[in-house]
Amino acid sequence: MTTVTQKQVRSKSFSLAALFSRRETRPYAHPFLGGALLGIVLFLSFFITGNGLGASGGLNRIVVFIEDLIAPQHVDRVSYLLKMAGGEVNPLDNWIIPMVFGILLGGFVSGWRNGRLKAETGKGPNISVRTRWVTAFVGGAFMGYGARLARGCTSGQALSGGAVLSVGSWAFMLSLFAGAYALAYFVRKLWL
Amino acid sequence: MTIFPIPLEAELGKIGAYLIYLLIGFGFGYALEISGFGSSPKLAAQFYLRELTVLKVMFGAIVVAMVLIFAASGLGLLDYNLVWVNPTYLWPGIVGGLIMGVGFIVGGFCPGTSLVALATFKKDGLFFSLGVLFGIFAFGETVSTYETWWNSSYLGRFTLPEWLGLPTGVVVLLLVLMALFMFWGAEQLERIFGKRDLSQEPKWRYAAAGALALGAVAVVFIGQPTNLQRWEKLKTEKEPLLEQRLVQIHPGELLDSMENPRLKVILLDVRSEADYNLFHLKNARLTPMDSLLEQASELLKEPANTVFVLMSNDEAAATEAWKVLVAESVPNVYILEGGVNRWLEYFGAEDERIQPLVSAEQDNLRFAIPAALGARYPAATPDPHLYELEYTPKIKLELKRGPSGGGCG
Repeated sequence: MTTVTQKQVRSKSFSLAALFSRRETRPYAHPFLGGALLGIVLFLSFFITGNGLGASGGLNRIVVFIEDLIAPQHVDRVSYLLKMAGGEVNPLDNWIIPMVFGILLGGFVSGWRNGRLKAETGKGPNISVRTRWVTAFVGGAFMGYGARLARGCTSGQALSGGAVLSVGSWAFMLSLFAGAYALAYFVRKLWL
Repeated sequence: MTIFPIPLEAELGKIGAYLIYLLIGFGFGYALEISGFGSSPKLAAQFYLRELTVLKVMFGAIVVAMVLIFAASGLGLLDYNLVWVNPTYLWPGIVGGLIMGVGFIVGGFCPGTSLVALATFKKDGLFFSLGVLFGIFAFGETVSTYETWWNSSYLGRFTLPEWLGLPTGVVVLLLVLMALFMFWGAEQLERIFGKRDLSQEPKWRYAAAGALALGAVAVVFIGQPTNLQRWEKLKTEKEPLLEQRLVQIHPGELLDSMENPRLKVILLDVRSEADYNLFHLKNARLTPMDSLLEQASELLKEPANTVFVLMSNDEAAATEAWKVLVAESVPNVYILEGGVNRWLEYFGAEDERIQPLVSAEQDNLRFAIPAALGARYPAATPDPHLYELEYTPKIKLELKRGPSGGGCG
């Protein structure tokens, strides 16, 4: 994001500038360390609240909120949307919403502490940035659709459901990995 | 009663509860970011076997959380019944998983990780997140065309120990061993396909693997509390309710509650099928004693304004059933005072076909019922306007402590 670097140049004395000033990029944590930390967060979530982690449910409610602003009557006619935003019900009044903001905040703080706040596009070496943006959008659309179909994403179903031993979550997890591996060879140009 | 999970909104208010969720989300985002999940090439490398970070982090997190959850549950700190377990809708889950697999390898993220990428200014994360929003929108607009299928193959709260017929601890141990084997395999693949030098890997990972396996073995030995053990823990708190007759509701109160639009009354008839066929209250569910435990997990999912009323011919069997359900943390469970016999005394008096028997054993039907008409006797659906019954109201809705719908509701 260019605004960040501009701010940095413009006002050196401003404390925010120090906040955003580029830190030395540190390497990622060891995967087992990251996994253990994530596992402890997941455990605490279940232990304290009884609910697991989630992300797509929050995005879902944001979409429904916007739909409800634009076409409230339409929302009141579709039973799936009705449950979240029918009549006076506010789809954003749900614990998953603060969790989504927490994810953004946590990701941001970790990226900042470790010098990984960089406006860039992650991609394979053999595709253009624009192609990557298109594939990111298309992949995201598949993800979003599939996540609602499966009643949960990688966090809400696989991670959370897996840890509390839900049969459906394990079946979902296997099928997710199967789908990705089955297609990986055919789209290798995107990544290799 | 076990303290955890905490009924957050009741204890801390909405703001406090949401603050806790914000903090948990913070930890989640932080853990994803430090693992490198904000970087799509790192995530995609999983599927070309160069770097199996996704597998290591995900399965690492699952088994660590799993061991901690079932250890806490075994030690009686955490009530597993009040933990949200994603209900199984088998085929929609599998098809959704396949579609997400496609999205993962094409788009390079999953919804949670794309948020982290977005938070660290990754432009592909932004486009992916927009794509997710579009996909979610498309789902909301199309699901009504195949809603029946979307709700099909429903197996409820169905867990691996139930499916495999093994004790929970054993399943936990097997999954930990499977994960450790997969971690070993992942490192071998990285050595072969990713040219990674394994001698550079930290030695502490052996200690961590050992600790995890020990934890799982401990979970096997601790075991999970049985219904009886759960009741023993609650006994001192709950037995007085029975003795002071605070949970036995008068037939009149039941009749009025069934008409109360603010309550959802579920009638559970724990008598024999024969008695049930002879006569039962309208909408009463035949619930044999040995199916109660199975039913409990379904009952826990009912909305917060649900009242469960147990009934037997007198009160003995219903009281036993009450203990079973209360021990499983089902809220708002009551017993029909005097059972079906008392009910018939009040509401069957004018029906000439139903005649009282002079003597009958405890908890047996004390009426002669000529035909097995079930709920088709008028006494099964008395008109509340015809009866002015006096009683002390006893139903008080408890605060719901149960899970509220997972991360995906």
